[in-house]
Amino acid sequence: MIRVLDGGISTTVQDLGRFGQYHIGMPPSGAMDLFSHRVANALVGNSPEAATLEMTYGGADLRFEEDAVVALAGADMPARIDGDDVPMHEAVRVERGQELETEFTTTGARTYLAVVGGIDVPEVMGSKSTYTLVGIGGHEGRTLADGDELAIGENGVDREAVIGNRAPESRLRDFEAIDDVRVVVGLCDYRLTDESRERLCEVDWKVTPEADRVGYRLEGPELDFVEREQPFGAGTDPSNVVDVGYPIGSIQLPQQPIVLMRDAVTGGGYATVATVISTDRDLLAQIRTHETVRFDAVTVDEALEAREAAQADLDAIRDALE
Amino acid sequence: MTEARIERTELPEPRYEFGGDDHVFVELDEAMSFDANFQAMAITQQISERDIDGVTEICPANASYMVRFDPDVIRPDAMVDRLREIAAETDIEEYSWETRIVDVPVLFQDPWTHETLMEFRDRHQDPDATDLEYSARINGLEDAEAFIETFVGAPHMVTMVGFVPGLPWCFQMVPRSDQLEVPKYEQPRTNTPGRAVGFGGAFSVIYPVQGAGGYQLYGRTPIEVLDAEQTLPDFQESIVFPNPGDVLNYRPIDRDEYDAVREEVEAGTYEYTTASVEFTPDEFFEAPHEYNEEITEVLYE
Repeated sequence: MIRVLDGGISTTVQDLGRFGQYHIGMPPSGAMDLFSHRVANALVGNSPEAATLEMTYGGADLRFEEDAVVALAGADMPARIDGDDVPMHEAVRVERGQELETEFTTTGARTYLAVVGGIDVPEVMGSKSTYTLVGIGGHEGRTLADGDELAIGENGVDREAVIGNRAPESRLRDFEAIDDVRVVVGLCDYRLTDESRERLCEVDWKVTPEADRVGYRLEGPELDFVEREQPFGAGTDPSNVVDVGYPIGSIQLPQQPIVLMRDAVTGGGYATVATVISTDRDLLAQIRTHETVRFDAVTVDEALEAREAAQADLDAIRDALE
Repeated sequence: MTEARIERTELPEPRYEFGGDDHVFVELDEAMSFDANFQAMAITQQISERDIDGVTEICPANASYMVRFDPDVIRPDAMVDRLREIAAETDIEEYSWETRIVDVPVLFQDPWTHETLMEFRDRHQDPDATDLEYSARINGLEDAEAFIETFVGAPHMVTMVGFVPGLPWCFQMVPRSDQLEVPKYEQPRTNTPGRAVGFGGAFSVIYPVQGAGGYQLYGRTPIEVLDAEQTLPDFQESIVFPNPGDVLNYRPIDRDEYDAVREEVEAGTYEYTTASVEFTPDEFFEAPHEYNEEITEVLYE
C-alpha cells in the first residue's frame, strides 16, 4: 500500500482512458501525456493499461508501506527516496517504510509514476482513470489528498528483474524543445476569414493559467469570423454554430482559442477550426503556463506518419528493456 | 399556431471533415432541423449496428455527428469511405424508432435559478428584466407566463446529449415558425444550479450538475439527469438518463410538488414517469400537434 503524505498540486490516477461513453457526455480522461504514461509502465514491466499517477507541476510525497519498484517518466521532476536522488526514466527500488519526495517539475508539466503491478483502483466503465467533474474513477473520483491510501496491484512481474531498467535517451521527448504542435485544420474552419485561418498557424499562442485536463486556454491575436446571417438554432454570436461534437484535441474559438484535452466537454456550440494530432496532444500536455506554442498545419497522412514514428520510439524503448 | 405541418428540409451534401488523425466529423447541415437531426440519429444507429473494427466513439449531435476511431485499426480515409457507404444506405423515410416519452416536472421561476440570474445581470442582454421576461419580449409574447405556456405547450425532443455527462439538448417539436429562439448570455455565468432548466439558441437543456453556463434560466426540475452513484432505479444501466430521441414533456409544478418529488429523489426511490412509443418521423412531420398530443397522452393515463 502507498500512503499519500502530500497530494501535490493535482495528482490523479490515470490509464489509457475510458471509451464508448462520449455520446452521453463522458470524455475519455486517461493520461494527458500517453507517451510518458506508456514509458513509465514499460520501465517497470507493466502493460500499457496499468494505472499510473499523473502528477502536475508539483508532485506528491508518498510513503510506501510495502516493497515496490517504481519509475518516473515525462516532465523532469526532482525526486528523492529517503534523501537519495531518484533518476528520471529508470526503474528503482523502494523499500517498505521508505518515503518518495518530489519537487516542482523543471521542464514539462506532467510526470508519471508507475509502480510494478500498477495502481490498483476499481475500474469504472472499463477504466481506472479519474474524471473529477462527476467524481468517478481513480481514487474516489478525485485528486489525491494527504492521508489517502492506494493499493498496489499484482501482475506477476519479477520486481528484482526490472530494477535498473533505463529508457534510451534518444527515444525520449525533450520538452524544452517543443515549439509547435501539429494540427489538422478543418471541422468548422469555414467560419474563419482566409486571413485568420492563416494567422492561426503563424503566430505564437501563449498558454494561460487556465490550462488543465479539460482544456488549454490560449492567448494571442484576435481572429475574425466570416460575416453571415446565423443559421437557425446556432445562436447570435459569430462564433456560434449549431451544437456539434468536439474531437479531443480540437481548437475552439469562443473568442480566444481553447484546445480541448482529455477531460473535455464533449460538445457545444462554438466553432472548432482545427485539431491537434493524436501524437502531439501528448506534447501539448507538457507545455507549461506562460510558455508559447505554435500550430503547425499538417495533412492527415503526415499525422499518421507522426503517429507511426511515436510508436516506433515506444517499441524501441520496450525492446531495449527486454 | 401558424403552420399545421413541419416543412421538410432538403439537406445539402454532407461535409466530411477530419478531426486530427482519429476523428471524423460529419456536418449534415449548418442549420438545425428535424431532418438533419433524424438523419444524424439514423446514420449513427446504423454505424453502431455494423460494429466496425476500430470505432471507439459514435456521437450523434444536433445537425451533425462524429466518430472516433483507432487509426492503427482503420485508416482515416477508409473510415470516411465506410461512413459514406452507410449514409447512402440510410433512408429516414423508412426509419422509425422506439422512443421514451418522459414527464419532466419543472418549478418555473424557482428561487434558486432566480437568485443566480439576478446575480449575473451584468452579463445579460437585458439587465432590467428576468431571463423569462426578456425571452418573452424578444419572441413577441406578452409576459413570462405566456412564454412558459408556449415552452410547455409542446414536448421537446432530445437531439443530443453531451457537454457534460447527461446534459440533454432538446428541440421543441413544433413547426419552424413556432420555434422559440433566444441568444445565450453575452458572457457565460460562472455558476448555474444543478437541475436548472435553460434555453439558448433553439434548444432547451437541463444542467446535470452545478457549474458554468450561458443559457437563459427559467426554472428547476426536482429530478436528476445524472446519477453517478447509480442509486436511483432508472440509473441501473447507465449513469445518465436522457438518450437522443427521447421526448421530454416539461410540466409546470408548484413548490409543494417540487419538494415532494425532491424528497423521493433524495430517498433514492423516485422513478421517472415514462411511456414507450414507436416514433414515426413521417406522421410527426405531417401533423405535429396531433401527433404530440397522441404520444404524450399515454403519460398521464
